[in-house]
Amino acid sequence: MEHIKTTKLENVRMLDRYSKTPLIGTLFLTTSHLIFVDPEDKKETWIAIMHIANLEKLPLTTTGSPLLIRCKNFLSVTFVIPRERDCHDIYLTLQLFSQPSNVEDLYCFTYKAIPANMSQSTGWDFYDLQSEYKRMGVPNDQWGLTNLNKDYELCDTYPRHLHVPLSATTTTLMGSSRFRSKGRLPVLSYLHHNKASISRCSQPLSGFSARCVEDEKMFNHVLKTNPNSSYMYVVDTRPKINAFANKAAGKGYENEAFYENIKFHFLGVENIHVMRNSLDKVIETCEQKNPTINSFLSGLESSGWLRHIKSILDTSWFIAQALEEGISVVVHCSDGWDRTAQVCSLASILLDPYYRTITGYQALIEKDWLAFGHKFSERCGHVQSDSKEVSPIFTQLLDATWQLMQQFPLTFQFNERFLLNLHDHVHSCQYGTFVGNCEKDRLDLRLSERTYSLWGKVARNINEFLNPLYSPEETTGLLTPNLVPQNIKFWRGMYCGFESGVHPREPIGDILLDTCDHTSSLEDHIKYLTKRISSVKALLLNADKRSIEKKPDNTNSTDNKFLYEKASLRELESADHDHPLKLGSEDNQGSDANEKVGEITKDLNSVALDWKAVRSVTECSCSKAFDQFTRKYHCRKCGDIFCMRCIDQQCELPGHMSRKPMPVCRPCYDNLQTVSFDGPE
Amino acid sequence: MEFADHIGTPKLDGVILHSPFHEPVDGTLCVSGHHLILSSRKEDVEELWLLHQCIDSVEKRPNGTNSNNQNGGSLILKCKDLRILQLDIATTEEFLNVYASIERLSNLDNASNLYPFFFRPMYSILEDGHTLFKPELEFSKLLASDEWRITNVNKNYYVCPTYSSTIIVPKSIDDETIMAAANFRDGGRFPVLSYRHDNGAVLMRSSQPLLNNCNRRCRADEKILNQVLGMNKKGYIIDTRSNNLTSHCKAKGGGTEPEGHYTQWRRTHRGLDKIANCTGALLDCFQKFMDACNDTGCSPDKWVSRVERSNWLSHVQNALNAACLVAQCLDQEGASVLVHGSSGLDSTLLVTSIAQVILNPDCRTVRGLQALIEREWLQAGHPFQMRHGKFCYSNARNKNQQPTFLLFLDCVQQLHYQFPCSFEFTTQMLIILFEHSYASQFGTFLGNCDREREKLEVAKGTTSLWSYLNRPNILTSILNPLYEPNKTAIWPSVAPVSLNLWTEFYHRWIVDQSQYKKAMTKMHGLIENDKNVRSKVVKYRKQLADLQKEYDNFLDENDGSESG
Repeated sequence: MEHIKTTKLENVRMLDRYSKTPLIGTLFLTTSHLIFVDPEDKKETWIAIMHIANLEKLPLTTTGSPLLIRCKNFLSVTFVIPRERDCHDIYLTLQLFSQPSNVEDLYCFTYKAIPANMSQSTGWDFYDLQSEYKRMGVPNDQWGLTNLNKDYELCDTYPRHLHVPLSATTTTLMGSSRFRSKGRLPVLSYLHHNKASISRCSQPLSGFSARCVEDEKMFNHVLKTNPNSSYMYVVDTRPKINAFANKAAGKGYENEAFYENIKFHFLGVENIHVMRNSLDKVIETCEQKNPTINSFLSGLESSGWLRHIKSILDTSWFIAQALEEGISVVVHCSDGWDRTAQVCSLASILLDPYYRTITGYQALIEKDWLAFGHKFSERCGHVQSDSKEVSPIFTQLLDATWQLMQQFPLTFQFNERFLLNLHDHVHSCQYGTFVGNCEKDRLDLRLSERTYSLWGKVARNINEFLNPLYSPEETTGLLTPNLVPQNIKFWRGMYCGFESGVHPREPIGDILLDTCDHTSSLEDHIKYLTKRISSVKALLLNADKRSIEKKPDNTNSTDNKFLYEKASLRELESADHDHPLKLGSEDNQGSDANEKVGEITKDLNSVALDWKAVRSVTECSCSKAFDQFTRKYHCRKCGDIFCMRCIDQQCELPGHMSRKPMPVCRPCYDNLQTVSFDGPE
Repeated sequence: MEFADHIGTPKLDGVILHSPFHEPVDGTLCVSGHHLILSSRKEDVEELWLLHQCIDSVEKRPNGTNSNNQNGGSLILKCKDLRILQLDIATTEEFLNVYASIERLSNLDNASNLYPFFFRPMYSILEDGHTLFKPELEFSKLLASDEWRITNVNKNYYVCPTYSSTIIVPKSIDDETIMAAANFRDGGRFPVLSYRHDNGAVLMRSSQPLLNNCNRRCRADEKILNQVLGMNKKGYIIDTRSNNLTSHCKAKGGGTEPEGHYTQWRRTHRGLDKIANCTGALLDCFQKFMDACNDTGCSPDKWVSRVERSNWLSHVQNALNAACLVAQCLDQEGASVLVHGSSGLDSTLLVTSIAQVILNPDCRTVRGLQALIEREWLQAGHPFQMRHGKFCYSNARNKNQQPTFLLFLDCVQQLHYQFPCSFEFTTQMLIILFEHSYASQFGTFLGNCDREREKLEVAKGTTSLWSYLNRPNILTSILNPLYEPNKTAIWPSVAPVSLNLWTEFYHRWIVDQSQYKKAMTKMHGLIENDKNVRSKVVKYRKQLADLQKEYDNFLDENDGSESG
């Protein structure tokens, strides 16, 4: 905190693109967040300091000194600060905090979740590389584990556990590694059920004529792991001209003449610089002051963003098709950690339904991005580094996934919010998951001991991230995307996510999620009701019998349909001959029916029959204003709608059979607590 | 006229049909008076029944280059439902015969020869759609007040040939005033009531005033408008044309209301020029747009750029914008509004009808949308027969052809996209409306105005589309599972990123929609299930309460008997 000179500024104006009149309020600065509170509109804007991509001091105006903040999650906002000095202070502080020079200063090392929320270790043990390979059936006759990299000596950006063809000797592996940029030799990324596989590597150090026998052997070993095909594809994801240019630097691509039985393909995904510039143009387009349809569309067109997304999907589809046909593929780009990671992941998603689940998608990220190395620190600008190293490579993975979700609304277990949440936290550094550039970095930083895992947070909020339409039986095998240009769409939820005014006013996804939650609450309630109904029925039968005993002339009225319940009623009868079920009785067997109508009503009232329509509310009871994009939560007891902070309590509902803790609002929580305290005592 | 004269080859075996998402089908082609039928006589293959009326253009591609070849060729049928079909015919004589028949039968210009007059439904008509939305019924609430009355001044369609015969006018306005005002307006389309908002603000529409190059004024016209407004109140005139186009029209005898004569009215202009002018430009736009949609081989950049250059979405945005302005004046300022363009047949109706969908929850129901189309399009005299004569694929278009109605449907779709729970119907209903407005077995969209429909005896000779749509089994297929009545106005975002390209419609023959349909079915299932579970809870709760009461009674009785 010693760096922060100003922590609170009054009379600050906040301007966002669409509101014509500025909000006036107070700006608070903490070590992790910039918080703007507008007392009149009851609006709070939280900006994670780690999300700040760039800061710009605009020319002085009559109301003060404007500071434009652009965030990595595409929020863009201008604060007009009355005193120029304060503005400058904030500017300096934010610059310092938004991009620390040392990894150890990232937010995750100071972030503490509220103790009750989750323990620090949750999530770190969810995935481990070897079990993911085991899931794919590795090790097997063809593929096995090598220990050559156990101290990261072979390749420090690869994981310790590498899966390679069993037939490859140590010499071959080491030779191949030496012949590859950054030592990234071909290793197994995905094994399909038909033995075709995706292997990944970096470009060879071939220059114009160099060759390496071990590397050629290595490729042959990879080919031999798949007995069903006499050849395999080598996919260089780069445009040919880029690959060719690399030859001058002693790198390049495989010569088909030297490698036996390979078919070589260039697939034309552009490099990180092109992608960065493209996204900059998208942002520019979204920031147009008075956009018309034509200016927006031509901005989008000239950004080339959709073309790039399509090129990534086209390449992934090429690989997926090859595997489905039984042909193995070796993929590389330059260093094999950007484009290669993208297309290996997306091809796997197309091939294997597992990767379309939440667990699977996370496992995929763990494998292709975290284990095999992706320079998150540079690409996402976590720490101070060359700004030319920043590039939206991971954003493109999410975008391409979203494109598939648009085409296959029933196929993915997760929803759009899941992807957006990932995108947020890849940049926020609140969790240690995406800190560091490779497995070795993360071990060195002891992240799993010192920070929280994002997967723990996802697991805790899993209900938020489910796609209510998910029907795994719809697409069990290969996903066949239609990649015509008409199907590649602009993802408004990502790039304009914070312009609450531009989204559909009635979000179907949230409404369906609510519907499902509502259904399951009521289903639980039905279980409770049926149980109660049968127990009251049993009591009535018992009572009937007793009255029959009293009036023996009434034998005919014995109802046959109750007879089968007699056995269980014996115990009840014997429990108390005089009045087994009178109020206040401590008898356990009877306690279920101890209450009269009044008590039952209490149980019934603990489960809301109808939930308030999302459309009808504009603010939470805490008077926080809702906009279209904020998730609204229903109290399971009263059915009213609350913001996330007002529904932080969970408790069991007497009207639910399962007694699972359910989210309830604070008043209902208090109400339920008092009931249960003065209930049985 | 005998259809047989046009049919050279009534029946032909071995024709191969290529249609989107289907394997080629080898079957027998039948050319009937109204349909093109292709049947493979296999149970699992659906027959093609295509109205000739639905064919927008037919192109012949003979096999081989030799003009004397006998190898037949392919016919490319581009349909008004946006579908493109191909028929392969083996022999040249028959190839040419079929071509000639389709060419002639798809261009019949006499409405009384069209299929609706020959179609007899296989079901009984429960309610006659032709009489379902009479103005007397539609405005019954207003007529009950003492501000409005029905006039029969137009009963012979002399005053205004394109209005219906019964018209709602302010009670204090007599028929002479109306006739005088009609003389002052283009095509006799004097200001009439379009919609009365809950707060009393009134939406009127008319055609442009005929200033005769001399700022002519018409007291009767002013009187009607001021009558609607009441004393001292301000209203808005929203001219759908730009200032430029208005001056252009003025030079030709038309124009817009001079402010000096309409002191209570403030006038603004919207630039829906291409729609108001009806020069064929809007159809050209849509043609470019569909050409872009049909080109699946280009890059995404090229696709985006072609969509941009077609300007179709700009028209959607402009129309929505103008409608929002009208709706805002009515709802937020409580001010009455008069909308007109030039003839009052296109941009005017577009704007007034969208404004009503925004403001009036009734228009978002199945019945309400039907009523809106009856009021604001059919009875208001939108010349469907003329406008829908040809569509985007035809080369034989003229400037009277314009997809104004499609633009309206697209705007409703935009609203639906942003408020998916506020509409009783799904966008499928909009697609059905579109299809039937271009080619149909029903008579609803025949002719150009009520006068023509009366002459054709449409009500007697044809079945109404509404009679069909309102049949329970059809109705359920277009009901929106997410619908929850929403009494408020729905204000859309018209920002460029908010507009939705209506892919379920424009891309339906290009990109397979089955996943989308499955998603809809699943959604339907989830909501149905929720409703079922809810009613189960209600039932069980009641059952439990009854049982409990019974038991309590028993306890009470026993208590009583024991103590007593």
